[in-house]
Amino acid sequence: METKNIMIVGVGGQGTLLASKLLGQLLLSAGYDVKVAEVHGMSQRGGSVITYVRYGDKVYSPLIDQGEADYIISFELLEAARWMPYLKEGGRIITNTQQMDPMPVITGAAEYPEDIVSKIQAKGVPIDAIDGLALASEAGSARAVNIVLMGRLSRYFDIPEEQWLDAVRKSVPPKFVEVNLKAFELGRNC
Amino acid sequence: MKELMLGNKAFARGLYEAGCCFASSYPGTPSTEITEEAVKFDEIYCEWAPNEKVALEAAFGASLAGRRAFCAMKHVGLNVAADPLYTMSYTGVNAGLVIAVADDPGMHSSQNEQDSRHHAIASKVPMLEPSDAAEALAFVKIAYEISETFDTPVLIRMCTRVSHCQSVVETGERVLPPQKPYEKNIAKYVMMPGMAKRRHPLVEKRTLDLAEWAETAPVNRVEMGGTDLGIITSSTSYEYVKEVFGDSVSVLKIGMSNPLPDKLILDFASKVKELAVVEEMDPIFEQHCKALGLKVHGKDLLPMEDEYSQNLIAKAFGKTVAAGPAIEDAIPARPPVMCAGCPHRGLYYVLKKNRCTVLGDIGCYTLGATAPLQAADTTLCMGASISSVHGYNKIMGEAGEQHTVAVIGDSTFVHSGMTGLANIAYNMSNSTVIILDNSITGMTGHQQNPTTGYNIKGDPAGKIDLEALCHAMGINRVRVVDPYDLDQCDKAIKEELAANEPSVIISRRPCALLKYVKHKPPLRVNTDKCIGCKSCMRIGCPAISIKGGKAHIDATLCVGCGVCSQLCPVKAFESTGDKEA
Repeated sequence: METKNIMIVGVGGQGTLLASKLLGQLLLSAGYDVKVAEVHGMSQRGGSVITYVRYGDKVYSPLIDQGEADYIISFELLEAARWMPYLKEGGRIITNTQQMDPMPVITGAAEYPEDIVSKIQAKGVPIDAIDGLALASEAGSARAVNIVLMGRLSRYFDIPEEQWLDAVRKSVPPKFVEVNLKAFELGRNC
Repeated sequence: MKELMLGNKAFARGLYEAGCCFASSYPGTPSTEITEEAVKFDEIYCEWAPNEKVALEAAFGASLAGRRAFCAMKHVGLNVAADPLYTMSYTGVNAGLVIAVADDPGMHSSQNEQDSRHHAIASKVPMLEPSDAAEALAFVKIAYEISETFDTPVLIRMCTRVSHCQSVVETGERVLPPQKPYEKNIAKYVMMPGMAKRRHPLVEKRTLDLAEWAETAPVNRVEMGGTDLGIITSSTSYEYVKEVFGDSVSVLKIGMSNPLPDKLILDFASKVKELAVVEEMDPIFEQHCKALGLKVHGKDLLPMEDEYSQNLIAKAFGKTVAAGPAIEDAIPARPPVMCAGCPHRGLYYVLKKNRCTVLGDIGCYTLGATAPLQAADTTLCMGASISSVHGYNKIMGEAGEQHTVAVIGDSTFVHSGMTGLANIAYNMSNSTVIILDNSITGMTGHQQNPTTGYNIKGDPAGKIDLEALCHAMGINRVRVVDPYDLDQCDKAIKEELAANEPSVIISRRPCALLKYVKHKPPLRVNTDKCIGCKSCMRIGCPAISIKGGKAHIDATLCVGCGVCSQLCPVKAFESTGDKEA
């Protein structure tokens, strides 16, 4: 099987690492070779963060390059637009519609682009734009946006739902399991 | 059992399986998690040392005492630990001694992009380079064998994409070698000229022996494929090469980058039509090949700077790569920022307001140099703020003394700021030093240090009293301020800059991200009062933006520090809580 590529992008502190951990475990248990590349340190301080998840028969590079991603999971709208060139033809963006102003926008040095979703659609790119924050809050925790997005992603995989739910159980602290299972369902069925 | 493991965690697993008993390190991205994972094994004594030099010397002591020892650091940390390393190369070890050094091509979280292989060559210490987590685990065990067989410390060079990538690892059992007896051996361990002169030829012979060993050692591997092109590579570059070329080229994968196997390289070169080296950063393998008389491509095709990727390598070798779609709008950058409620913010604001020249240091507070505060003038290396303010003031005289400060974090101060302060006290410069004491090593992800009172396990430990320390070093003027109180900071900075002797201001408040820190409820903006003057925007708080001409607070980010409200001329910021926590 050709190596598949999933990019998880967001803002430092949004919980992207938990999502990549979940995906990595899930894909390993599904029998694939897996590599996950993370970024720690300075970049986590509110900066743009990227995690790469690659799986297949044999994975070499841990990185995903421009024009290679099958899926871009974005925790924030601007980040979806930023990393879009990494998408391959036919690749899909799954994005949270939440907007977080970066410092150059806060200081007035730059503007946050308008209508990002429709501009991405206009490029012929399939995009699932979902209000992850609202769904996570509905599930019981605003911090469960990552699991809402995983729920949405799961629709495009042949892996049985029970295996996904099992991966959620293994990835989150015991007392947050119920909230996150609900978040997963809301994401999967929205 | 097969597990998905971070490279650094696999490294720690390797330490456990190899029977390592002692680890002393100083945190530094991307090396930090090796020691944080090692401490989870009760069989390995682990500690954070004040700096890398102390850590390596402590590991040397443990090796001398007969147990396998370990020390981790980032690339720039090896500069600090270079002094013991270069002479340990002469003394050799008793039990095995392994040093992890993690390079950061692309400078994800570093101040330079130095290539640690130079240190291995210059110190004549063998260096292994794993390409992924499984190799990290395996190479630790090999490194200990090399260390004890060849009587040398061994460097293992990690890099960001090996340290911080998860890949599949198979774990094994721990094998604990018996403790080696310590035997006094002045000729081996006391490096004064007479003894060192007799050790040096042994070092040179060891390098030749290691090079011979490397010719057939499994760490170096030839993967024959197409023979039009042969590529010599190592570390994460190997993965990119395989990704781009698969089996269409032949590959010599170097797992031991010092010393290099000449015969293996020459033999490989003879089997391919064209030869290329793919290595991040400096052309070390390439120059070695050229010294062997080989015609080789390398930095004529590939850059010296930044990290590599599959597309970068594909393009360098004339292959076309896909370009993904993009929208037309300019995408604003999203640089890292000081967190909402960061105690450094208030202090930096006051320094900027006072038009101070700020000689900075290494830590989260380096971000004070970014817009809109732009309050720092320099960042060089650990401890340089204090040493440099002294030199600056000696030349500038009053013009410097009255508005120049050094700014340094608590952990960095203990790492290598104390010696700079000793210089200020001893050589009597009228300098002002600000210690940003946030009670943790912040940027690397919250490690304890000698000022926090806790050890790497979170258990109570010795605690340095910063005020008493500064007094004992000969600084008479030592005062503590709360960086959330702008007036207090302003008064302290003005008074200490005006004072005619050295001063230390300790700006003390714990990192806002520490779990034990109790925050006040978030503030909100009374939009009837707000006049949209944007005074609050001058501190660059990520929780504050302007919406419809008025200030707006993101309640999910705000921790109620109140620094913004001290800037508001109309008192438009209000608490959302009933009472102050």
